[in-house]
Amino acid sequence: MGKLRPGRIAPMFAAALLAASVAACGGGSDEPAASGQPAEKIKLTVGLFSDFHYAPLYEEFKKTHPNVEIVERRAQFNDHHKNLTTQLATGAGAADVVAVEAGYIATFTPLADKFYDLGQYGLGKRQADYLDWKWSQGLSPDGKLLGLGTDIGGLAMCYRTDLFKEAGLPTDRDEVSKLWPTWEDYSRVGQQFVAAKVKGAKWFDGPGENFRAMVDQAPVGYYDEQNNLVAGTNPDVKKAWDLSVQMLQADESAKLLAFSPPWNTGLTKGSFATIICPSWKTGSIKDAAPTTAGKWDVAAVPGGGGGNQGGTHLMAPKQGKHPKEAAELIDLLTSKDNQLKLFTDAGALPSIPALYDDPTITGFTNPFFSDAPTGKIFTDAAKALKPQHVGPKAGDVLTAFGNALQRVEQGKQQPDAAWQQALQDLDRIK
Amino acid sequence: MATRAPDRPTAVPRHRSERFSRQLAYRLDVKASPYAYVMPFLLVFCAFGLFPLVYTAWVSLHDWTLLSDVHKFVGLDNFAFLLGDEYFWNATFNTVSIGLVSTVPQLLLAIWLAHLLNRPLRAQTLFRVTLLLPNVTSVVAVVVIFSQLFGRDYGLINWVLSWFGVGAIDWNAGTASSHVAISTMIMWRWTGYNALIFLAAMQAVPRDLYEAATIDGASGFTQLRKITIPMIKPTIVFVVVTSTIGAMQVVAEPLLFGTYSPTGGPDRQYQTLSLFIYENFAKLDFGYASAISWMMFVFIVIAAGINYLLTRRSGGNLT
Repeated sequence: MGKLRPGRIAPMFAAALLAASVAACGGGSDEPAASGQPAEKIKLTVGLFSDFHYAPLYEEFKKTHPNVEIVERRAQFNDHHKNLTTQLATGAGAADVVAVEAGYIATFTPLADKFYDLGQYGLGKRQADYLDWKWSQGLSPDGKLLGLGTDIGGLAMCYRTDLFKEAGLPTDRDEVSKLWPTWEDYSRVGQQFVAAKVKGAKWFDGPGENFRAMVDQAPVGYYDEQNNLVAGTNPDVKKAWDLSVQMLQADESAKLLAFSPPWNTGLTKGSFATIICPSWKTGSIKDAAPTTAGKWDVAAVPGGGGGNQGGTHLMAPKQGKHPKEAAELIDLLTSKDNQLKLFTDAGALPSIPALYDDPTITGFTNPFFSDAPTGKIFTDAAKALKPQHVGPKAGDVLTAFGNALQRVEQGKQQPDAAWQQALQDLDRIK
Repeated sequence: MATRAPDRPTAVPRHRSERFSRQLAYRLDVKASPYAYVMPFLLVFCAFGLFPLVYTAWVSLHDWTLLSDVHKFVGLDNFAFLLGDEYFWNATFNTVSIGLVSTVPQLLLAIWLAHLLNRPLRAQTLFRVTLLLPNVTSVVAVVVIFSQLFGRDYGLINWVLSWFGVGAIDWNAGTASSHVAISTMIMWRWTGYNALIFLAAMQAVPRDLYEAATIDGASGFTQLRKITIPMIKPTIVFVVVTSTIGAMQVVAEPLLFGTYSPTGGPDRQYQTLSLFIYENFAKLDFGYASAISWMMFVFIVIAAGINYLLTRRSGGNLT
């Protein structure tokens, strides 16, 4: 749902394949359905970039579509989206249903001739369910419905209560939230934490993800509404940069690149006290560091809520031969009930606002995070969320800034030189 | 046939055309049929080798992005930009550096290993199979494990170094340190493979040369230097050339070492030429990526030529 988890993909993929093939054999209701379904056996492939916890939902789909076999394919996050681009350009190889993450959605929605218009398969009626901005992210420029949203990435801040205690900081989540109304406050508390010299621990994992969160909270990010790249001139981006650099210079970073193997180790060993948490990341942390159960808690994000990080749409490329079934599968995977289920299973925050007041969600506590009421925290964040226009190459832009911050972090460049080089890198993005 | 030629007047009235066609068939058989025999290879080579090569050259002359249908002809602009692109020269430097650091010790080690195995040993086959094992291991597995070993905070190598008072090295961050780390992975995979090739060549060296040398009192090292190496020189040239080409094409190790970062670290400190191509292909800038590919092809030809000249000159000769 969220971002990549390299290294874990291959075994999970194998397991999923196995599960899918076993399910395909075991499901075996070969008799043609009485409801006038086409008896012809068809196979739907679903292309994802991590475990979306969809396996039980496929079973549900097969109950009404006994003739459909579903095969899930997973690739690493960046590869998944690059492969999809290549498959669309060369006209072969794309799955029937593909997941596209928020950083890439604006790359694909202009290609209206490459995807089925799901509106033609009756999914237009789902509009009433959705958050307006999430719905419109899935539209082509001329208003065709190309993708339906799965989850969104409302923001919070995860923190280690044990490390906070050692540093003499409060551990109660409400008090912790009050520590950092703004990112400047967050940085200041970080300096206190660093001054307390907790052994082997820094304030946060690496500067890139916080920078990303700060920019995500601004009304305008890297692109304006007309898809012009304004990252170099947008004062909010520069402000996020300056603050990130300041936190680096205050030695608050554990200098770990998010989702790298050392980052995984750092999560387990407690190398950092706080980490920015879009809702899907609660799942990533649990998967990457299962032994840290109970040491985490979740507080509000600095900067006053808002901000979306990640979240996904499901789309149906025109190469698929079974658009009707693909659309029906998308409908089922994104249905209200199933979004609810995926929140409790995988931490995927629904994109259907009616669910934000559903007692299953508002009352949901996450035992891994010291029983934090993550349901309430993330729905509050979702309600406060101010959507931002995501441009076509947002991923490449983020890489340029992330690399620049790392160069500063590793002492290879002065902040000004790194910023200049980042701007030059932006010029190369076509 | 030639001896019978004088007393063959009966052959003269035959039609000249018939004689001509027989000659033609004979000539065709001699001159053309060898080409027919190698044609299957040539066809496959044209489809998967020559055509991509030529087509890449064509693409490199265009402003060519994957998702756009318009491909504007820009002549040599891509190459002009390339020659002024500091990222390109950075990648070239990294490729040469990683190539040297990995290939030179690797080949010396491989010759030494082969020399050790080229003598009566117990469980010979076991040793030889063991040599090949790292090569059949998936490169992904190798890099993932080595990345852990070279970890900054919890890596085994830094832990061992700390016994000797060496502070934690951020292997991934530094230019030299990352090159050493990546070269180690390459050496791990290919040393045994090359050792086996050397071993095969060494087994073809006549035994009596060694016997004679032993009788003359030559030590093992002298025998290696004076007999083995000169005798397997063609193999050494072959291995050096293939290793050089391999070193030019290193891509999986730096890509995975940087956790899928196509820039090869934030400062491009270990971005190789292949990775630089990959970065631009991934950006769908096919024109520029093709131009880099062609420059790399030129580099490989030059490197192979230099290698050939150097290895041909060096070393003695038995005959």
